Amino acid sequence: MRTLTDVSLDSAKARREQKNHNKGDGPLARDTMDAAHEHSSRHARTHAYAHESAIKHVTGRAAYIDDMPAPADALHIALGLSPVAHGRLTRLDLEKVKRAPGVVDVITVVDVPGHTDVGPVFPGDPLFVDDEISYVGQTLFAVAATSYKAARLAVKEAVIEIDEHSASLDAVAAAEANDVVRPTHVQQRGDWQQALEDAPHVLEAEQFVGGQEHFYLEGQACLVTPSEDEGVVVYTSNQHPSETQKLVAEVLDVPFHAVVVETRRMGGGFGGKETQASPWACIAALIARRTGRAARLRLPRAEDTRATGKRHPFHNRYRLGFDDQGVIQGGDIIVIGDCGYSPDLSEAIVDRAMFHADNAYSLGDARVTGIRARTHTASNTAFRGFGGPQGMMIIEAAMDDIARQVGEDPLTVRKRNLYRAGRDVTHYGQTVNQHGLIAEIVERVERSSDYWQRRRAISEYNAKSPIIKKGLSLTPVKFGISFTAKHLNQAGALLHVYTDGSVMINHGGTEMGQGLHTKICQVAARELGLDLEQVRISATRTDKVPNTSPTAASSGADLNGMAARDAASKLRERLFDFAANHYELDREDMRLENGELIAGHGEGERRIAWGELVQAAYLERISLSAKGFYATPLIHYDRATGSGRPFYYFAHGAAVSEVEVDTLSGEYRITRVDILHDVGDSLNPAIDMGQVEGGFIQGMGWLTSEELKWNDKGRLISDGPSTYKIPAFGDLPPVFNVELLQGHPNSQASIYRSKAVGEPPLMLGISVWSALRDALASLVDYRYCPRLDTPATPERVLMATEALRNPAPSETSAVEASDESV
Amino acid sequence: MIDFYLNGQRQQCADIPPDTSVLELLRLQLGKNGTKEGCASGDCGACTVSIGQPNDQGGLSYHNANACIIPAHQIKDCHLVTVEGLARGDALHPAQAAMVDCHASQCGFCTPGIVMSLFTLHHSQQTQPAPLTQQRLEAALGGNLCRCTGYRPIRDAALTMQDHPDTHPIWADDPDLASNVQSLYSDATKKGTSSRINESPGRFDSPKDIATLRELRRQRPEARLVAGATDLWLEVTQQLKPLDDLIDLRRVVELNIIDETPEGWWVGAAVTYSRLEPLLAEHFAAFGHLMHRFASSQIRNRATLGGNIANASPIGDCPPVLLALDARLMLDGPNGAREMPVADFFLDYRKTALNAEEGEFIRAIFLPRPETDQHLKVWKLSKRREDDISVVLGAFAWRMENGVMRDVHLAFGGMAAIPRRAPGAEAALEGQAPTEAAFGAARSALRNEFQPLSDVRGSSEYRLVAASNLLERLRLSLDADFNTNAEVCLDAYAH
Repeated sequence: MRTLTDVSLDSAKARREQKNHNKGDGPLARDTMDAAHEHSSRHARTHAYAHESAIKHVTGRAAYIDDMPAPADALHIALGLSPVAHGRLTRLDLEKVKRAPGVVDVITVVDVPGHTDVGPVFPGDPLFVDDEISYVGQTLFAVAATSYKAARLAVKEAVIEIDEHSASLDAVAAAEANDVVRPTHVQQRGDWQQALEDAPHVLEAEQFVGGQEHFYLEGQACLVTPSEDEGVVVYTSNQHPSETQKLVAEVLDVPFHAVVVETRRMGGGFGGKETQASPWACIAALIARRTGRAARLRLPRAEDTRATGKRHPFHNRYRLGFDDQGVIQGGDIIVIGDCGYSPDLSEAIVDRAMFHADNAYSLGDARVTGIRARTHTASNTAFRGFGGPQGMMIIEAAMDDIARQVGEDPLTVRKRNLYRAGRDVTHYGQTVNQHGLIAEIVERVERSSDYWQRRRAISEYNAKSPIIKKGLSLTPVKFGISFTAKHLNQAGALLHVYTDGSVMINHGGTEMGQGLHTKICQVAARELGLDLEQVRISATRTDKVPNTSPTAASSGADLNGMAARDAASKLRERLFDFAANHYELDREDMRLENGELIAGHGEGERRIAWGELVQAAYLERISLSAKGFYATPLIHYDRATGSGRPFYYFAHGAAVSEVEVDTLSGEYRITRVDILHDVGDSLNPAIDMGQVEGGFIQGMGWLTSEELKWNDKGRLISDGPSTYKIPAFGDLPPVFNVELLQGHPNSQASIYRSKAVGEPPLMLGISVWSALRDALASLVDYRYCPRLDTPATPERVLMATEALRNPAPSETSAVEASDESV
Repeated sequence: MIDFYLNGQRQQCADIPPDTSVLELLRLQLGKNGTKEGCASGDCGACTVSIGQPNDQGGLSYHNANACIIPAHQIKDCHLVTVEGLARGDALHPAQAAMVDCHASQCGFCTPGIVMSLFTLHHSQQTQPAPLTQQRLEAALGGNLCRCTGYRPIRDAALTMQDHPDTHPIWADDPDLASNVQSLYSDATKKGTSSRINESPGRFDSPKDIATLRELRRQRPEARLVAGATDLWLEVTQQLKPLDDLIDLRRVVELNIIDETPEGWWVGAAVTYSRLEPLLAEHFAAFGHLMHRFASSQIRNRATLGGNIANASPIGDCPPVLLALDARLMLDGPNGAREMPVADFFLDYRKTALNAEEGEFIRAIFLPRPETDQHLKVWKLSKRREDDISVVLGAFAWRMENGVMRDVHLAFGGMAAIPRRAPGAEAALEGQAPTEAAFGAARSALRNEFQPLSDVRGSSEYRLVAASNLLERLRLSLDADFNTNAEVCLDAYAH
């Protein structure tokens, strides 16, 4: 099965019809979902439910924060942001702001009754600047007015004086000066120095991996209403309602139970609303409490882009020893994350970069060092992959470099380095138990993409084509699943059955488009033998399920699905007990199927309709509500030794990308992509397919067109969609074959043996970058692979081309280290 | 008074300030929250709506546009369709049904805009069916960003929506809708309209002819001119500048005419790119091809050639092409009309020969009819292929006469404070065969006559290298031997 859809006669017919529509055009992306086949007998297909909000999305009825009704006297908040990157605030005169039309309240740090630091894990994030300014876009003050426009206009009336200092914008220089937001961490296995000394070949190189703006389509937004006691109700576009509850309570100086946080859905999150949605809720909560009126805060796009952190840019280096076959013996990898001005989540993000500096390959005896550099930019934060993608980039660079050095195809060298028996322990001590699966995925996509035939065709083409060069690359993904902060690996759920038989399930996860609520409803429906329509989720609320973890680390369905299953199975067992007693049925082998409770078999079979069962239980005073809980087993990690088993399991995938590059202009196109991705036994193949495809394109954007640029004063100048270019419709590869791996349930007891799917596919996009390098390497007859920092914009590609055509010694990529330097 | 139809229902909104956008009108005045704000700059498409205007067949033609940067006063006399206006009760419109079936929404925030672009495409397929080529799909959807799906399911929805039952919106049952809109439209067009806004100081005038426009310009030379508003409106949404005195050019008859003469075409300054596209495609293929990479359909449906010139951005896409074509401008105003070459119009960064103090405006642009031996190449370089602004744009025109190049025009955008020609490089090629030596000299000259800036879109060095390489691309494209054996540039960027 190549894709979600079987290539049956009917779908082939459908395809032909589409081709007619599409006459004269390239091949279709992939077989389209055929509605008539949606409910065919195939097991996987039956789970391909539409997103629970799909109809609301397409009719405009799905409400986001700014769509929610608020009282007529609701206030609108606008923020005064720092125009400079580093300095001391010497004067903040807000008198004219206060007198501006429509203004009701103006607040600064002195107006905060409770905590003024809203750092999520470690302190360092002032809600408002007190004295020291640390980045352009840092919040100085907030204005509440009767309209959004009035608030924004009032902000412009502020008189701000700043004693400006020089800004530190170079993460490498900061690392060298040990200017870091958290201590450096090292993972080490075996004697890496000896391994380098003993290795027949040693290469070293460095790379810059650019950051990424989340560009969620719905910007940061919240609506806060004062409650009748000392608290507030917060409606927020937010991946971590519990943390927002905590921070709002601390800022207001009220107990946590005075604050309720609700998130129905986000218009995109991608990590950008994990920690960085909270400050706005805190500010709006202050206004709501001070004025007794509802308060709205949403950031205009340019302010959102400046005020919030991004994916960390990384500067990575490797020095690796390998044998004549290109198999790594050991070495040293350094990853420097540009954290921005404060810790935020950078401890764990740089850790995850370190955990993924091996990707799917054994590093042998290796040391991996992670440095958390401080710069005067917004505090960089979670973004799909959470440092993992940046870590993988260094080893994928090394694979290409090593292959050229030993004169082999990069795929050959990649395969030789994959984890395998005898080389199955990572540099942090975790055993890779499914290494056979990685090899299988790589080999299958190698075959299904006709890698070697296309490799030959490309070589022939490139030999004859002086300007246009084609490139091809297969890169694998092995991504560790679990929060590396162990305590976050827990989840709760709350399930109610009402007396008409309808079911409400709440859990700690949030919906940001990834289909989590759909999957959770599926879990509850499956456990209770009901149609999906009978199960609904209202919203994520801190007063329904408390003390939740962020919806992050791809863990939403893994954790909350298990908690929902726990709740549903508790309720089911309770109903079985009740039914056995009430109806005098055999408790053994009782089951809930298709809206009925079924007991016994054959002639002795009894069936009781769900609605009747629920009514009877209610009348007999049986609780129809249950809560569930889950904590991931087995995982541990010791930061003192840099070793452990931080991941419950790994999710895998592989992608083959082909590109064509115009070496005169630097323009390029991605012409074909083949993906095989491992989601275990899929909870919902349609949703998982969406995650794989969307993740790939987002990863491709990160490495190609999405360029963050700051000026030399530290001001982000790519601050909106006119200058920051995420992939557009035409960037979808004309041939895009995406397949979910079938028949390989998770080796660990995850929810129905599925695997997490949110983040891993993003890293499939690395194949595009590697293919660009492959195309460029053709200019030097594949003797070496050029350095290509990311994003590999047409500018970077063209400048790399120019360097290859007019090489200076320093322009080549990886250099063979001299004996002395080892 | 803004008098229009919204999803088939007549709406009359009074006292709307001139700097209100259609998006604000919908969300703040009319409580229609289905249309989303993603960027408020016309770059993401989340706020896409469909606008119906009377066509020659007595029906309504629909185009998609970004509600965030349309002045609310410009929706007068139109039929505005939003995402709330498609489904018929529980029965989804094919554009919606296909999106659901293809699993084409994830977070759903861009979805209303995508649905509206699909609706617009579906409507045009119903009235004028044509193959859904990749180029057509890109034109329909290139202005709608989606951060979640990666677009594959959206493409599938576009390809399959025709197969869904053709559920019409309820308003499509109204046989009088087109004529009602038509009569609003022609009333207004006959009279011209002037809106004095009572509650706030402000005016929004829509003069009907050039005489009225001249008079308004004489009275209020400080009033801002607005046509497509695709750039002007960013002053409101991004810089919060007040725009309370506006004169709308979209109703001025003379500014909306394309006048063909034996020598060429006079294109009215308020003609939109969408209207201009067929002419360009027929007579200036390379210029026509540029249109596919010029912003998005939402923008091309509104933006005007006159605006692109008056705006005088050094990175506007069309000025270099107009320079290469020796286009001329007709300026007009209270003190009469005058003509000038486009080349004389751009004086310095965002400074033009237009005498704005005296109320002058661009009336029309003359595109000389290409001579049979004239060649034109237009190459735009940008970070993203679709809906991006040029980092460098090269427009090259010349004639081949007995194997040598004549009337060589090499014009560039993104290389200086104004769009301008490269006289040194032109001189190196004039009268020369397209040899490596001649082009080598041209490339050297080019590097000496431009000192481009480094900015968010590209570095100075990159701009120089790329511009120089475009000349090399030109040479190779003229080299028959090379051209038959190898590709000069990627298909997707050809012309």
